[in-house]
Amino acid sequence: MILRRLLSRLATTLVTLLGVSVIVFVTIRVVPGNPIAMMLPPGATEADIDRLRALYGFDRSIMEQYFIWLWGVVQGDFGTSIQSRQPVLRLVLNRLPATLELSIMALVIAVVIGGFLALTGTRLRGTRTEGAIDVTSGMALSVPDFLWGLVLILLFGVLWPVFHISGRISPQLTSEFTTNFFLFESVVRLRFDLWRDLVSHMFMPALALAIPLAAIISQLLKQSLKETMHLDYVTLSRTKGYGENHVIIREALPNAVLPTLTLVGVQFTFLIGGTVIIERLFSYEGLGNMAIDAVINRDLPLIQGIVILFAVLFTVVNLFVDMLYAVLNPRLRHA
Amino acid sequence: MKLSRRSLLQMSAASVALTFAKPVLAQAIDDLVIAYNVNLPSWDPTTGPSAVNPTIQGLYQAVFDQYILQQPDLSPAPGLLTDWGWNEDNTQVWMDVREGVKWHDGSDFTAEDVRWSLERVSREETGSPMQFVWGTLANHRVEGNRVIADVVQFDPTIFKWMYFLTGYVLPKDYYERVGAEGFEAAPIGTGPYMVEQYERNAFVRLKANPDYWGDAPEFETVTIRFVTDASSRVAEVESGNSHVTLEVPYEEYDRLRARSGLAGTDAPISDIAMIFFTNRDAMADENVRKAAVHAVDKQLIIDRLLSGYGVPLHTLETPEYLAFDPSIEVEFNPDLARELLAESGYSTDNPARFTIQTTRGYKPKDYEMIQAIVGMWRRVGIEAEIEVYEVARHFELRAAGELAPAAFYNWGNSVGDPTTSTGFAMFGPSPHSAWNSDDLNEMIGPLWGEADEDARIEGWKAVSRHIADNAYVLPILQYVQPVVHSDRVRVQQHASGALLPHLITRA
Repeated sequence: MILRRLLSRLATTLVTLLGVSVIVFVTIRVVPGNPIAMMLPPGATEADIDRLRALYGFDRSIMEQYFIWLWGVVQGDFGTSIQSRQPVLRLVLNRLPATLELSIMALVIAVVIGGFLALTGTRLRGTRTEGAIDVTSGMALSVPDFLWGLVLILLFGVLWPVFHISGRISPQLTSEFTTNFFLFESVVRLRFDLWRDLVSHMFMPALALAIPLAAIISQLLKQSLKETMHLDYVTLSRTKGYGENHVIIREALPNAVLPTLTLVGVQFTFLIGGTVIIERLFSYEGLGNMAIDAVINRDLPLIQGIVILFAVLFTVVNLFVDMLYAVLNPRLRHA
Repeated sequence: MKLSRRSLLQMSAASVALTFAKPVLAQAIDDLVIAYNVNLPSWDPTTGPSAVNPTIQGLYQAVFDQYILQQPDLSPAPGLLTDWGWNEDNTQVWMDVREGVKWHDGSDFTAEDVRWSLERVSREETGSPMQFVWGTLANHRVEGNRVIADVVQFDPTIFKWMYFLTGYVLPKDYYERVGAEGFEAAPIGTGPYMVEQYERNAFVRLKANPDYWGDAPEFETVTIRFVTDASSRVAEVESGNSHVTLEVPYEEYDRLRARSGLAGTDAPISDIAMIFFTNRDAMADENVRKAAVHAVDKQLIIDRLLSGYGVPLHTLETPEYLAFDPSIEVEFNPDLARELLAESGYSTDNPARFTIQTTRGYKPKDYEMIQAIVGMWRRVGIEAEIEVYEVARHFELRAAGELAPAAFYNWGNSVGDPTTSTGFAMFGPSPHSAWNSDDLNEMIGPLWGEADEDARIEGWKAVSRHIADNAYVLPILQYVQPVVHSDRVRVQQHASGALLPHLITRA
């Protein structure tokens, strides 16, 4: 059952990616902003413009350009960046680990904070603490992540300079790595000096991304727990004499967590999208930062490559969540 | 010890602080850290779109030398070329090459490197964006320590291009050995700093070149972080993470330089703010154009919007440019503007109407400046509708000759020659111009090939006067570049706007 579901989702994913590629390819070519006009030096003539158009293949029809690009993609060639003149695939794959690590760290922080607030709010329901948690969640949700980023920079970068404001790692330490998964590698190699430097760079951008998600998790999980706490089997646990902490964590939480899990999966894809602005704000060398430069410079091949990669990420994450949900939910597992 | 919830939280916070607290910056700065405002997409300063991006030339000039050195006041000086000129009938150029210079890999710099570099960028297939400039020379050859080339088409500014965009010398043997991709990965030049490490979109670490032919740079290592967000750059320098930053908002500049431990330098640079006029709609009317120019109080814009940082301009030439003529003035006179508009039947009740295009946030206070100008125009009888667009759209429309009757832009001319400011901006056939009229084109045309330098400069001054008299463009101001830095360093600014690490010294 799960295998059939997986194959069906894979087929849908391929069609989705093809659709995304068409939309992206056509859109970025018809919106105002000609990349050739951007790179014209002073004194360029009409002949120079024609020469540049031919050099970058913009003298062909959009459809022709698309099929040339698609054929390249099928062969693993996503084209060459106009600005850096490096292969697009290499550029985006080099940056992908940085964005993935940031997103995962943000997700972990969000789950920890959101889960803690939800459990605390449930445990202390009806008290002022629950009210304070609700107010805090509301505030956290109503402020966008980039604004949290600015607040964090002010607090922990300027007023109490505990964390680094920009970059992914201190420049003198980058040569210590053999892969681009710096955080993962530092843990595996037990290099906690590197880990500490990485976390001190990543913590603020990750927290800025995590705060709104933590608020969502907190609100939804608390609501689910609240509903679950009134179910008969929970009342039975209490009657058996189990303590409130045991009842919440061992009895209510496993059932209450399923809707939150689905939401976290969906929100994680939004979180990856949110890295675009946050990476820019913190000068974090991930895909998002690169995407903004690509858009500013109308680097069309690079924009295409990044958007396609984001689309792949989104669909893979959705697929993973879908499968995980099917595994965890007995009704789907045995359907 | 009794462990309460409060004390547990306090201890947790303290341990986080101790774990991640950065060491306090030492008193003496060993590794200079600069928070730079743009990313560096490519290391080849001679080909591809990055080569003509004026904002990254400072990074290139830290690593590569130009044929001719440009001093902080924009004037040329001997660099890798110690002397240069034309033969008597202007059919050949000659260049004497400096001896004793070494590339960053320790190999000798030779006249052959100069010949190869010039010949390479004159070929279309290299992706040289300035092929039309370098292609005016051909048959490059080396004779002893001198490089000679034949002049295909006389260009009186050819030696100025040798300290302008793409005017860099690259290492022939090394480049041919490692190829374009290898050069991107490990670039070498003859400049004051060598590239030690480069992470795209993140930073570049530079190390002083021990064999540099000029004055040795003061800092042994320099880290340039690419911090593209202005608020993050402010935080970088305010927290002490970076020692120098640039392009911060003027209000922040005043606040930061008043802080203990920080200082600031500000100087006019070669970038100007201007409004292109096109010969269409209301702008085809001479009275409307002149009224639009006379109605703008430039000093008020500088004082109110730019905190006083700016120099009002009457032509497209700044005081540092070769063809600057201080006698050309266009007065701020709203009464005259009203009279001119009345002659064409316009008034505040029946205003002249047109669209003005502008970017928003591309340059400091660009949109606000246009809002202020539109307000000034409204008071004399001009009703302009503001259309905001991205700078990419501006380039596209300008190249296609489809700009609105008025369009804001900033023009950079770090070489200071009138051809690369008034020339390209106002000569009708140029894809960079907006105005196109026979009278102006006939005045400008002969100046492209004028061999007599004095006559050439006088010719451009006459062009500037003609433009001002006919209000073919609205020059607004020359930008002032604010640089915030630690009070432990001294920054010498370059009038081109390039922040050069080797011009930064300990205070």
